[in-house]
Amino acid sequence: MHNTALLKTGRLCIGYSKGKKEEKTLAGPLDLQIHAGELICLLGPNGAGKSTLIRTLAGLQPAIAGSVETGGKNITRLKPLERAKRLSMVLTEKVRTGNLNVYSIIALGRFPYTNWLGTMQPGDHKIVAWAMDITGTTGFAHRKLSELSDGESQKVMLARALAQDTPLIILDEPTAHLDLPNRISLMHLLHQLAKTTGKGILLSTHDLDLALQSADQVWLLRNDGVFTQGAPEDIVLTGAFEAAFHREGFMFDKNSGTFTIHHGNGKTIRLSGEGAALFWTKRALMREGFTITENAAENIHIVNKENLVVWVYRKISYDTIAALLNALRNRYGTTPE
Amino acid sequence: MNVAIHPATPRFSTPASLLKLGLLFLLLLIAFFTDIAFGSVSIPLPAVWDIIVSGKAENDAWIYIIEKIRIPKAITAVMVGCGLPVSGLQMQTLFRNPLAGPSILGITAGASLGVALVMLSAGSITTLYAIKELGFSGSSLILLAASLGAAMIMFLIIAISARIRDNVIMLIVGVMIGNITLAIVSIWQYFSAPEQVKDYLLWTFGSLGGVSGNQLYLLGIVVAAGLLIAFASSKMLDTLLLGEHYASTMGLTVNRARFLIIGSTSLLAGSITAFCGPIAFIGIAVPHLARTLFNTSDHRLLIPACCLMGTSLMLLCDIIAQLPGSNAVLPINVITALVGSPVVIWIIMSRNNLKNSF
Repeated sequence: MHNTALLKTGRLCIGYSKGKKEEKTLAGPLDLQIHAGELICLLGPNGAGKSTLIRTLAGLQPAIAGSVETGGKNITRLKPLERAKRLSMVLTEKVRTGNLNVYSIIALGRFPYTNWLGTMQPGDHKIVAWAMDITGTTGFAHRKLSELSDGESQKVMLARALAQDTPLIILDEPTAHLDLPNRISLMHLLHQLAKTTGKGILLSTHDLDLALQSADQVWLLRNDGVFTQGAPEDIVLTGAFEAAFHREGFMFDKNSGTFTIHHGNGKTIRLSGEGAALFWTKRALMREGFTITENAAENIHIVNKENLVVWVYRKISYDTIAALLNALRNRYGTTPE
Repeated sequence: MNVAIHPATPRFSTPASLLKLGLLFLLLLIAFFTDIAFGSVSIPLPAVWDIIVSGKAENDAWIYIIEKIRIPKAITAVMVGCGLPVSGLQMQTLFRNPLAGPSILGITAGASLGVALVMLSAGSITTLYAIKELGFSGSSLILLAASLGAAMIMFLIIAISARIRDNVIMLIVGVMIGNITLAIVSIWQYFSAPEQVKDYLLWTFGSLGGVSGNQLYLLGIVVAAGLLIAFASSKMLDTLLLGEHYASTMGLTVNRARFLIIGSTSLLAGSITAFCGPIAFIGIAVPHLARTLFNTSDHRLLIPACCLMGTSLMLLCDIIAQLPGSNAVLPINVITALVGSPVVIWIIMSRNNLKNSF
């Protein structure tokens, strides 16, 4: 499946023009490829140029230099209708669609294929029905977008992109307005779509954890224009990830794959135990400003007794993390902020 | 994968919406006949019917009144009732703004400038005399000036719209151009003689009665052209409901669509304003009425719906303006606002949330 590139760039420089002559280059030159069946997550801090890259790839914004090719043609030379048959998009902006019901919104995705009056043929209806089915939006075909939750309406916008029947789908921060369960379900859906339909899917997102879990490839764009691409695990292990999101007081923990707020006020402690209790105790201790290290003077031991978890600290047992933290605060004082 | 076609599929011509269109057409016919039947000269209903059907009546004056005055006026009402709502609908969709209407881009203001130019220009007696000779609202000079004024603003707007990508900025620019134009008219009024200002003010009250003969054909052709362009743009308008960014990712050439939509609006609003004066309210309100009644945003349905509802409403306003049973006639602009505004307030109150249905 991973043989033909659906979209590729050649020495692409992205940026925007300031005034008439001056140009601001954000990143480049980039040689990128999106293959069939691939889910790619574009990550990077705010202002790095994720949206600019996405708009340039979609042919909505001119490149500073280099080319974007799809189906062997430069995307800027494609007529809008041809381009719309190659590539569909889900944008960040929330739309107000008034009295249009969900079915009609998704059917708008057939724009490049219908006649001048937009008459839907049976084949068009079939693709819309398929798009609703695969995104789980069939249930609210008759409802208005304004009556749906953010998660549901984002799925409707995805279904609209699917109805456009393009080999490529590009999504600009599709998870931005969603709560956690909806983010997970949307990312899962995109992952499934890439695998089952063979579409190439590119999305930009701030959900690093989710991206690392579901992406086949990560594109990492740094504020200084440095670009890294690779499998998510490689990106983490080489430290590129930490470097891109480096900020005072934050730390990316390679071992857990999560960001931690790093207080670093010099308190150290030793921790032993296993399983989920170990993981969450570690989180609690780090929040309290402890660095967990083998060389610390004092030890906390987690004992799993049947279904019960007990924390042993200075020979006293505590049966909740809260109680344990209280004891620590009494001894070390509260965390200075 | 074989997926059955979803039952929600027909989105254009459902039996319910066809029935509504049919009923509206019936209402239109009734309103049309009623409008012709009533006026300051009372003509018995059977005689009105005979004149319409066979063109014969016992009284020649009645035939003249019906054929030369009332029917042209009713036909003008039909064209205004089609043209202004459809241009309002297009503006509301293009700018995604429920308050947009034909007057919003300054097109009406442009027509006003043209009219003011003729009516208020020159203290010289000869030009004024020439205008008076031509007759007041039937004056082709005024019509020409209004059309040119509207066209001038329209081309200015189209030229600017090619450079501005954002529709909200475009909207603000349009409103500002309208303001500038009206300010120029005000300066002109300020330095003009009272009689000249009065002529201009009469035009601003609006009138359906000033269009006759060849002018009616001309207005008819221009309005029909505008409506045709609007209907042909309905697929683009539907797509623009998602906003112009989405529309362009779906393959819409936004600039071309905007050119067509602004062009159609200018033809409709410009010609109607030139012939009938700046008729307020209808253009903004009727699209909301149509959306509410048909519960749709599909422009292939909304455009005919706007035409039928707008026409009935204009005819109704004209009937009221005649003040049946009296000799007085009120200016049409007063009636459209007096009748229409409460209707809109009622709709907004009962829908409670215009923003969602818009």
